[in-house]
Amino acid sequence: MTDEKSTPQPEKKPVSEPVQGNEKPSTDQASEAVTVNEEAPPKPPWEEKPVPPVHEEVSDDPDVNALREKIDGAVLAAESYAGDVTAIVARDRIVEACRFLKEDRGFKFLVDLTAVDWPEREEGRFDLIYWLHRFDDSKRLRLRTCVPENESVASVTAVWKVANWMEREVYDMFGVIFDGHPNLERILTWEGFNGHPLRKDFPLEGIDTGAAIYPDVYPEGGGPLVEEEGGA
Amino acid sequence: MSGPLEPLFDVEEMELSFGPQHPSTHGVLRVMLKLDGEKIMDAKPIIGYLHRGTEKLFEKEPFPQCIPHTDRMDYVAAATNNQGFVVTMEKALGITIPPRAAYIRMMLAELQRLSSHMVWLATHAIDLGAITPFFYTFREREEILDLFEAYCGARLTLNTMKIGGVPFELPDGWIERCSAFVDSLPGHIDEYEQLLTENRIWRRRTIGVGVISAEDAIEWGLTGPPLRGSGVKWDIRKVFPYDRYDEVDFEVPIGANGDTYDRYLVRIEEMRQSTRILRQCLDRLPDGPIMAKAPKVLRAQEGMVYGSVEAPKGELGYFVVTTAKATQPYRCHVRPPSFINLQALPVMVKGLLVADLVAVIGTLDIVLGEIDR
Repeated sequence: MTDEKSTPQPEKKPVSEPVQGNEKPSTDQASEAVTVNEEAPPKPPWEEKPVPPVHEEVSDDPDVNALREKIDGAVLAAESYAGDVTAIVARDRIVEACRFLKEDRGFKFLVDLTAVDWPEREEGRFDLIYWLHRFDDSKRLRLRTCVPENESVASVTAVWKVANWMEREVYDMFGVIFDGHPNLERILTWEGFNGHPLRKDFPLEGIDTGAAIYPDVYPEGGGPLVEEEGGA
Repeated sequence: MSGPLEPLFDVEEMELSFGPQHPSTHGVLRVMLKLDGEKIMDAKPIIGYLHRGTEKLFEKEPFPQCIPHTDRMDYVAAATNNQGFVVTMEKALGITIPPRAAYIRMMLAELQRLSSHMVWLATHAIDLGAITPFFYTFREREEILDLFEAYCGARLTLNTMKIGGVPFELPDGWIERCSAFVDSLPGHIDEYEQLLTENRIWRRRTIGVGVISAEDAIEWGLTGPPLRGSGVKWDIRKVFPYDRYDEVDFEVPIGANGDTYDRYLVRIEEMRQSTRILRQCLDRLPDGPIMAKAPKVLRAQEGMVYGSVEAPKGELGYFVVTTAKATQPYRCHVRPPSFINLQALPVMVKGLLVADLVAVIGTLDIVLGEIDR
């Protein structure tokens, strides 16, 4: 199963779709040294090298600027990448910023809330990502805030109800504590699970995940997989 | 169904664990119910029985090898799951795919949407006591699965898209076969409607059940048919077109009342619109390559990218964090539509009867493989 095949389908009647300029499927294989002929008609983008997105500073986004003006010191930086604007928000201002964006700027829809673990990073271990959507003009805005290990962040469940399970998932998977969350318990793993699986230092296999649901079968801290001293 | 009655006996709230082995919970969903008689006072979904750590596995696999894992999330709609991941990765890597690949993807995705909606209709109707639609919809679904099998060899876990295009050319005769099937579909959808749309029992069981207003639907983050059933005209295929959805013509159906019946009508209409998209794709399928000229080993750069597609259940998003020169995601988060939609279950069932809970679970069209990941 090679990646590029010459496409042997029968010749179709002219397609209504405006097809790319040159249809030479058989030249696919010989295209390693294709940079030689520069005079050829411009190649369609799928025959060119991929053009990765670039990071850009953003200073003219109206929503980010409104947030900058309204809440002092909320926006630490803003950048755009692959067409999405990300505002880096101070951790202690996150609820304020979310409420402002929802109520004054129309970002009524929280699409996603998740976290990323950077164990080595100095300014804090976890990144929280809030992904906002506005229906009026279908604009999306990403907020990013940094939470050090063993510190907590205020919950946005009071702003968007949907954040409830999303924050529970982040707590379950990363161990980030959300202050003011109405019901911060594990959601995908069970109560008593040992550790937070999406942390980078949680291995893929071989860890004792605890089995507190069966305390009479497994001793405390001793799950089915434990093998070293004190195993079940 | 009369006014408030004085209870004849002392009433105590009863706790009932609904599932996780109950057939109408569509998998391993468990709902803790607080009941007053048969009335639901409170419901609390308990999930996680199918958690497999998919997001953790993503971090350990090179980009192309993540695609089979996506099949296993929403296992009745593998093609759209594949599509979500490859669309996101193409955004992260800056790959533009050839038009023929995009059209093949759209055909697979729309066939998948049809098949997913057929499973939904069959199980939803069975839950509410109508067994016949099951035989009708599974007859057509079988044909769709045969088309998938003819294309890529698999029927459920398709693994049928690649970063940069699609892996296979359409086999001989596939277009004719698909075309004949697409022509027959509107008649089949009429058959489903004859069984249910004006059916008195069906209407009594679904109209006014599980109502959620547009504001609440947005507040609870619903996407897909549950959001459109409440009257919000929003479809990722229209709002953020991916592949070549901006070149095909289709309508986004919406409901008015946000109840189970409206969501049923929305999905039925979506099936008709999918047929329309399929017909256009088949007519316009361009010639050309099916893979972009992507490097053999995909290397990303530092950045965060979110890409989403309109899966049959709603907005399926992938959030991929990559590091410089990495061949695998540093973090890949999935925004599963069922997970978010299920969260609204307690608001939708409060005050209803236990039998209606089954209707609401059915109308949310959840798949636990995607919820638990």
